[in-house]
Amino acid sequence: MNGVMLGSTYALLGIGLTLVFGIMRIVNFTHGEFYALGAYMAYLFVAQLGVNFFAAILLATAIGMIVGAALEFFILRRLKTTDIDSVMLLMIGLWIAMQNTEQLIWGGVAKLIPSPFAQQPLVFGPVSVSPLKVFVLVTAIVLLIAFHLLINHTRLGLAMRSTFQDRDVASLMGVNVGTIYMATFALGSGLAAVAGALLGPIFLVSPTMGDLASLKAFAIVILGGLGSTVGATIGGFVLALVEEFGSGYVSADFRDAFSFLVIVAVLILRPQGLFAPKERVG
Amino acid sequence: MQKLRWATAAVAAVLTASAAQAQETIKIGMTQPLTGPVAASGNYVANGAKIAVDVINANGGVLGKKLELILEDNKSNPKEAVNAVEKLILRDKVPLLIGAWSSTYTLAIMPKLIEYKVPLIVETSSSGKITTSGNPWVFRISPTSEMEAKAFLAKYDSFQPSIKKIDFLSVNNDWGRGSAEEFSKYLKTKGVEIGSVQFMTPDATDLSAQLTAIKQSGGDTLFITTGVEQMTLALKQAAELKLPQRIITTGGSFPDQLIANPGPKEMSSYHLLFFSPWFPDKAKYPDIAKVYVDEWTKRKLEFPGLTEGFRGYDAVLTAVEAIKIAGKAEPEALREALWKTRLPAVNGDIAFIKEGPAGAESGQNQPNIYIVLLNQGKVTMPLP
Repeated sequence: MNGVMLGSTYALLGIGLTLVFGIMRIVNFTHGEFYALGAYMAYLFVAQLGVNFFAAILLATAIGMIVGAALEFFILRRLKTTDIDSVMLLMIGLWIAMQNTEQLIWGGVAKLIPSPFAQQPLVFGPVSVSPLKVFVLVTAIVLLIAFHLLINHTRLGLAMRSTFQDRDVASLMGVNVGTIYMATFALGSGLAAVAGALLGPIFLVSPTMGDLASLKAFAIVILGGLGSTVGATIGGFVLALVEEFGSGYVSADFRDAFSFLVIVAVLILRPQGLFAPKERVG
Repeated sequence: MQKLRWATAAVAAVLTASAAQAQETIKIGMTQPLTGPVAASGNYVANGAKIAVDVINANGGVLGKKLELILEDNKSNPKEAVNAVEKLILRDKVPLLIGAWSSTYTLAIMPKLIEYKVPLIVETSSSGKITTSGNPWVFRISPTSEMEAKAFLAKYDSFQPSIKKIDFLSVNNDWGRGSAEEFSKYLKTKGVEIGSVQFMTPDATDLSAQLTAIKQSGGDTLFITTGVEQMTLALKQAAELKLPQRIITTGGSFPDQLIANPGPKEMSSYHLLFFSPWFPDKAKYPDIAKVYVDEWTKRKLEFPGLTEGFRGYDAVLTAVEAIKIAGKAEPEALREALWKTRLPAVNGDIAFIKEGPAGAESGQNQPNIYIVLLNQGKVTMPLP
């Protein structure tokens, strides 16, 4: 149960990253920071401003999207180079800047977000689970379904998919690549932010929380295949379940090692990832 | 030519003046985890130290000079702790250090003390290795895990129903492993059985796998040893999983966020503390404890942070006493002076006894220990 809950939020994280990488060819090191931003926004609205918990999650997501869009519009778009190394350096710089800003505003001490759910766990036979976790799981799954519908059944999704396959051809076919880039980055960031806002109340909110999230998101994307949203979804669940069962049945000391063992195995046996999408080469 | 001479004289005068000004303070270096997974505790300790420096300076400083605290963040990371200490010693030229919270960070910086010959007052770390490895520059005011375990044993009979089988959830580092070992060793002397022993990485947030294993062990008491943040998570998740065990945390940290956000109603936990701000009268020197508690509250700092802030406060008091005895702020003189230092502090009396191999002993203090119970945001001291 815990694994499935974690998996659903990992999947949200992974999709956001794979989308940005697949469509924009940007290695987004700030992804984990958007996760932290979402969590901090939830903390700001719920604990500091007293906004309703559910509204706060929506607001946190919206702010994640706005900041993501702004970052694309004001910084990435102005960057005249498409050289992957310099973009990567820029993203690392932004990552550090965002993390330090959070630290400056909220300090290094971890915060707890109060949740409106009953503290009493729900008990089903031998399994007990907190109502908050059930809410997180349901919300994450709804978001995952909505996202797949968006990608596969809307004009925006079509434009995104075509940009992914071939940017120049898509542009010739009348797709406004600039807008698609902005939408992609905003969506990716929004997904990270919502994952942060959902997990924030379960765990604690701290400026360095994004680092581990980034690492996990990259692992999920590599597992699922770069640019594949289905792969990222399944990758998220696989990673979380491997971690949970590995630490439950073997040893919790090596919790993070299990997930990386799976990744090493995937890289050896199927280096393009489990579900790498087809794309035009040359 | 005349003009040049005037200019030189003026420059020289300015330089001497600024040098004289710089000499008016006595520096103490401190490194704490101000950011990262154990930042909460590090900030409490740092605040306690700042308060002590202000109190000392308000009362005329030391040796006629103002005391200056130079604080460096070690980012909850042993590598950064070494960097911080090198900076404090080489750039700020501090004659004495306080730090570094976690045993892992303290053990990491200890070789630097020998290299640069600077004494360190250890305010929190409790791994036995710190004072037994033969480092003559180490003076520890915090208790070792062994002292905690021994002190706990004295309260063993007060727990009802009695403790028969214990489990451990410890952070996977020198402190967590050391604590689990010492508590097992001492409780075994009472015929207590050891159930499940689980470890977690310092930055782990999801502890359900470890807690599930503990739930199935059949033990009646669970000892948790880790920093405040992970302790808070462990207590929340243990309540969610309906762990049947009585929970006792070691190490002197207190999950303050659970006061404002209490969990389910049957959630309760015992905490082994070295200062209990809810009951300052129980401290050995209530007057000293009161000054500290008042200054802390005046600054509107979180009240439960007092449980750890006193470590920084007492460390600075110890440093000041050593500077007074030495009559100067030089590392070697301070090391000599620390052996003679005896003072009343928030936790109680501070004095160092020799530990470790002969000829290279470290100083170890024997502090007092208190056990409080947290239930639904309320703190009590139920044990006699």
